[in-house]
Amino acid sequence: MHPAPSVIFFSTFSGLGFGLLIFLGLGMPDVTGFSAFAFFTIAYLLAVGGLISSSFHLGRPERALKAFTQWRSSWLSREAWCAVVALIMMAVYGAGLVFFDQRWGLLGLLGALASLGTVFTTAMIYGQLKTVPRWNSLLTPANFISLCLAGGALLSGEVTLAVILLIVAGGIQIITWLRGDTAFASSGTTMATATGLGSIGSVRAFEPPHTGTNYLLREFVHIVGRKHAQKLRIIAIALMSVLPVVLLLVPFNHWIAVLAVASHIAGVLTARWLFFAQAEHVVGLYYGKR
Amino acid sequence: MTQLPATTHKKLGLVIDLDTCVGCHACVISCKGWNTENYGAPLSDQDPFGADPSGTFLNRVHSFEVQPQEGTAQLFHFPKSCLHCEDAPCVTVCPTGASYKRVEDGIVLVNESDCIGCGLCAWACPYGARELDAAEGVMKKCTLCVDRIYNENLPEIDREPACVRTCPSNARHFGDLGDPDSAVSLLVAARGGMDLMPEQGTKPVNKYLPPRPKDQLTRQSNGTHSPAPLPEPVATEAKGFLNWLDKTLEKL
Repeated sequence: MHPAPSVIFFSTFSGLGFGLLIFLGLGMPDVTGFSAFAFFTIAYLLAVGGLISSSFHLGRPERALKAFTQWRSSWLSREAWCAVVALIMMAVYGAGLVFFDQRWGLLGLLGALASLGTVFTTAMIYGQLKTVPRWNSLLTPANFISLCLAGGALLSGEVTLAVILLIVAGGIQIITWLRGDTAFASSGTTMATATGLGSIGSVRAFEPPHTGTNYLLREFVHIVGRKHAQKLRIIAIALMSVLPVVLLLVPFNHWIAVLAVASHIAGVLTARWLFFAQAEHVVGLYYGKR
Repeated sequence: MTQLPATTHKKLGLVIDLDTCVGCHACVISCKGWNTENYGAPLSDQDPFGADPSGTFLNRVHSFEVQPQEGTAQLFHFPKSCLHCEDAPCVTVCPTGASYKRVEDGIVLVNESDCIGCGLCAWACPYGARELDAAEGVMKKCTLCVDRIYNENLPEIDREPACVRTCPSNARHFGDLGDPDSAVSLLVAARGGMDLMPEQGTKPVNKYLPPRPKDQLTRQSNGTHSPAPLPEPVATEAKGFLNWLDKTLEKL
């Protein structure tokens, strides 16, 4: 799949922002007044910035409001609802903390649940696709949610929880990669089933339907990025989990914390880039490519 | 509404004969010709006369080489357009309701004024039947020429999809695959029509007719396959001018 920067930034930063909102909603850290304002500003910049970034990949962004209509069947529509509900509830909850020195616990809990729901629905947009066997698994939402919680714990300064969650997220990431590597082969979709010609013999793409490229090849057949996949995986896991855990275990210092966050973000961006670049869509089979 | 209809009484679709398709791409051109100036936005081209041309097409013809266990490789031309699946995954993923499957005849369509161009339906389609138009920013797909098949302004013979109407080798057939007695259903039954990627669970309406077995070439004693024997010359004795020319040249 084409690793579109807008979607990589969207899913990474909004995941981080909603992760922070989950912890704020649960009262971690239990802040009010100006420090609450600072925390909520960071969370909203990440979450809303990510959502705006995602609209850049739409062909017709001016019609985006129509995406709220099909929540009965579409995960993308459900994501839109969850995001708006979470952002509104957390805005009211945040206003209570910042301006009235009040913590409305139930509202925070509901806002945290809606934030979690947003990340889950985002992941299910990818997880539902049978056409991309690497994504078509419950490990996709597990991967997104574990990273969101680890990032949220890291940003909210919950050091002990952050260490545990970073290790869990790293473990789930590795399992997701390993399962993904065999997913296409075990999906059962091959050039033989794609063309129906397998009963005659072995099928080879002889001539593509067009001499130039097209939307399908640009969007679904991205082979370039896979060359350094193994190295990038090591870089991703080191930056995403290992380095932040090490930095959190040394005596606390704000600069070290900032470094841990920066490292984690760089790691998640790398992993998210691989998430797209390594994903193979079955339509590539018609072109003899994956 | 992006929820799929539970059943559709009619299942309009195509039957594509891989045995007779000659790979001329006439269906590709007639499809683009009809659909760029009828239903919905035009099918745009980018850099059409430049170094890197690309464009939106609703129908494309691949070619595959198949190597049997024994014998020579075979070449098949493979037209591919929307299969109007009964369980169309492109419809249910649509967040706006722009993608829908018609209850009355099972055609899968895009209401372009509702499409936000998110591309998710193209991601969900295993067949690559949908292409996002780069100029219009909306998703384009085969409409089964919905503006031809019911069009009473056209002569009755033209009320079928442009690709079917134009095919010079009769490799494409159009009809109601929900009616077991229709010509297309009988053809599918007689020729063992098949689904593409059945394991994806999309239940495509369009069917593909597998190639019939090839004639066996006679194997010669040196191990090579010979073509059919050369025909005997029909005219053994020349007449008239050719006779004179023959005789004259002999004398030289």
